[in-house]
Amino acid sequence: MKKNWPLWEVFVRSKNGLEHRHFGSLHAPDAEIALNNARDVYTRRKEGVSIWVVESKYIKASNPDDNSELFDPADDKAYRHPTFYDLPDDVEHM
Amino acid sequence: MNNQNLTHYLYGLADNALILGQRLSELCGHGPTLETDIALTNIALDLLGQTRSYYQYIANLSHENLSEDDVAFLRKEHEYRNVLLVEQPNADFAYVITRQYFFDVFHFLMLEKLQNSKDLNLKAIAQKSIKEVSYHKRFSGDWLKRLGDGTELSQEKVQNAVNDLWVFTNELFETSKADQTVLKELQIESPETFKSDYYKIISSTLEEAKLNVPEVTYFQEGGKQGIHSEHMGYILADMQYMQRTYPDMKW
Repeated sequence: MKKNWPLWEVFVRSKNGLEHRHFGSLHAPDAEIALNNARDVYTRRKEGVSIWVVESKYIKASNPDDNSELFDPADDKAYRHPTFYDLPDDVEHM
Repeated sequence: MNNQNLTHYLYGLADNALILGQRLSELCGHGPTLETDIALTNIALDLLGQTRSYYQYIANLSHENLSEDDVAFLRKEHEYRNVLLVEQPNADFAYVITRQYFFDVFHFLMLEKLQNSKDLNLKAIAQKSIKEVSYHKRFSGDWLKRLGDGTELSQEKVQNAVNDLWVFTNELFETSKADQTVLKELQIESPETFKSDYYKIISSTLEEAKLNVPEVTYFQEGGKQGIHSEHMGYILADMQYMQRTYPDMKW
C-alpha cells in the first residue's frame, strides 16, 4: 500500500471573467477530498469563485535541458508581443 | 418574551458550538495531515464565531452588564447546556469525524428551522451560520464514507466510533419546558419534528459508508440539564484558565 496520498495541483478562478490560476498543491486521497482540501487551504477568505484540481502526475512538464530549443529562438522577436498597440481603457485584465 | 427563558434557550444553542469548537481547537497543529488539520481548525473557528453571535445576544439581554467573555468563561460546569456528544474526546480521527457528522446533520436541520424564526437576531445568526454548517456536513460526511468504505482498519475504527457515539444522538432533540415556551413564542419548529429526518439521513450515509446502523434503544442524556460527563471539567479547566487567573484580561 502506498503510504502517502497523491499530490494535486490547485487552480483557482478569483473572479468571473478571469482565468483559473495555479494557486499551489496539496495532498488528498481522491478528487472530491482534493476539492474540499483546496477550499480549506486556499479559498476560505473569498479568494475565488471556482476551483479546479488535477492530480500532479497528469501534468507533463517541459525538460529544463530543452530550454534552449524551446525558448531561446524567441529572444530577438519582440514584435511577437502585441505591445505596439494602444489599448482602450475599457479593456480590463490584459 | 421572557428574557430568562430566551437566555436559557440561547445557551442550549451556543454552548454546543462553543464546546465542540473548543474540542476541535485542541487538534490545531495535531491533525492527521496538514490539510485536515487546517480543515478542522477552520470548522472550530466557524463554530466559535457562531458562539460569539449567540453570547453577544445573551449579553445584550442581561441587565447585569455582562460581556460575551463573562458568559463564555465564567460560568460553572452545571450552567453549561451543551449536549454530551460535543464534549466527547478526540479519541482518534474516526471519533472526530463521527462526532462531527452526528452533530453537523442536526445542526444543519436545526438552523433550517431557525431561519424562519420570528426573532430577527436568531434569524440573522441562522442565515449566516447555515452556509458554514452546510460545508461542515459535507466535510464530515465525505470523510465518514471514506473511512467506512476504506481499509479494514479504518472501517473497524469508524464503526467503533459510530457504536460508541450513537447513544449521545437522542439528546440533541431534547427540549426543556423553557425551551418549549421559547420555540412556541418565536414560532420555531421543535427539534422533535425533524428527528425522523435526522435518523434517515444518518442511516443512509452509514449504509453508503458500508457501516452498520447501531440497534441501540438506550440513550445517554444530561448535558442539556447541566449534568455533564467526566470530560467536561477538563475542557472548562483548559478553556477558563486565562479568565480565572487574570480576571478581565483582554487580548
